[in-house]
Amino acid sequence: MNLTLKIWRQKNANAKGKMVDYQISNVSPDMSFLEMLDVLNTELIEKGEEPVSFDHDCREGICGSCSLYINGEAHGPDRLVTTCQLHMRKFKDGDTIYIEPWRAKAFPVIKDLIVDRSAFDRVQHAGGFISVNTSGNTQDANAIPIEKANADKAFDAATCIGCGACVASCKNSSAMLFVSAKVSQFALLPQGQVEATDRVMNMVNQMDAEGFGNCTNTGACEVECPKGISLENIARMNREYLKASFKG
Amino acid sequence: MSGILNSSIGRKFAMALSALFLMVFLLQHFAINILSVFSENAFNEASHFMGTFWAVQFILQPILILGIIFHFTMGIILEIQNRKARKVSYAKNNGSANSSWMSRNMIWTGLIIEGFLVVHMANIWWHEMMVKYIDPQPVDATRYYEELVEHFQSPVIVGIYVVAFVFLALHLMHGFNSAFQSIGANNKYTKALKGISKVYSIGIPAGFVFIALYHHFAH
Ligand code: HEM
Ligand code: SF4
Ligand code: FES
Repeated sequence: MNLTLKIWRQKNANAKGKMVDYQISNVSPDMSFLEMLDVLNTELIEKGEEPVSFDHDCREGICGSCSLYINGEAHGPDRLVTTCQLHMRKFKDGDTIYIEPWRAKAFPVIKDLIVDRSAFDRVQHAGGFISVNTSGNTQDANAIPIEKANADKAFDAATCIGCGACVASCKNSSAMLFVSAKVSQFALLPQGQVEATDRVMNMVNQMDAEGFGNCTNTGACEVECPKGISLENIARMNREYLKASFKG
Repeated sequence: MSGILNSSIGRKFAMALSALFLMVFLLQHFAINILSVFSENAFNEASHFMGTFWAVQFILQPILILGIIFHFTMGIILEIQNRKARKVSYAKNNGSANSSWMSRNMIWTGLIIEGFLVVHMANIWWHEMMVKYIDPQPVDATRYYEELVEHFQSPVIVGIYVVAFVFLALHLMHGFNSAFQSIGANNKYTKALKGISKVYSIGIPAGFVFIALYHHFAH
């Protein structure tokens, strides 16, 4: 396949970036999207040009490092996959592919296609944990019976890899799908009850302080999320938040 | 409880409550208007009751006006805030791949409804205020039907009416379900609710349009 790539290039956080066109030929349909970019970068390095910076780590869809807004969609046109799992067979010979970084005020661009997602870490630090006394006399977690339906929902919520595709896809740059997954994975389990009130208040306050937008339920996040995190989690977070607000 | 209206979820909740209230009002408004198609007397009686009963005039009506003002003011505030949350826009964004047109254009459908409301209030509500309080006329419990019929004789008014209700339908096709999601209701009834949403968000505006066209052509 021969492709035209339109890629966002930006030297550093303060530089003004722009879209730059690249031609790439002999792309195999079996390549992953990131391998295709590796090939492009090899060619750029051979020509003495600066390679395109992009985030990646596990390349098997579990770490949440890779990103990229491909042809107007987070992680590209495929469903329930991250960019590292996207294959070039989803594209046709002669296609033009737009490749852009996540766009959100709370995710500033560091370089080219890499954005700073530490806002998510700060939201997580604000309450995405449980405090367990591990001084030697802890109870085995498996000794607490948990309803199967709730265990499944908590597990589904916990599959969120924190990639930020929800924010990138949302017309409001809202982080509610991510935050609601992190709230839900504890809200559904007995271990999460002790800190439930503070958790949801603190995480939502941090989310707002980071400058994410307000959810208007367009549902774009759920469609683009590589882990299929459900909007049900946002409704649950809304309930948890309202409960917590009326409590104190 | 403090500062709930400053938080994202608090605002979302307040937006949904005002919207649910407006949807109940709309249903009640429709129930009275549709009477005009079946019975002149029933319509006059219902209108006279709504227009003179103190609890409607001095409690429900002010709440409704505040509700509308709150809904569109908050709608505009949230829209501005949300636009600020993305400073640089995408060179290519495929919004239709993951969301409905209605969900992405609530502010525009809302503003068009708002425009209609201004015209509507100037035409009908202001007239009521004049007749009742500002330049009081002798009470006439049977004037409503004639006024309604006369109102719908103008093709311009009927035209504006039809356009406005198309946009109201688009607004509600997203808004109805959205309001329930916002107040935290997403459960086994959500699927059934989607059916009710279609009936309400298309049926009610279509009903209002039917009433306007009926009186335009029937007299
Ligand atoms: C009788 C008239 C109206 C009805 C029945 C109505 C109904 C609704 C409903 C049900 C929602 C969804 C609320 C939610 O998601 O929680 C909504 C949202 C919205 N409305 Fe209205 N609306 C009306 C008039 C207006 C007007 C006049 C505006 C003027 C700007 C407006 C602007 C908005 C906006 C921007 C939203 C999006 C907020 C969101 O989705 O959370 N609406 N409306
Ligand atoms: S909710 Fe989905 S899209 Fe959002 S960060 Fe988690 S895995 Fe990524
Ligand atoms: S590189 Fe780890 S999820 Fe894509």
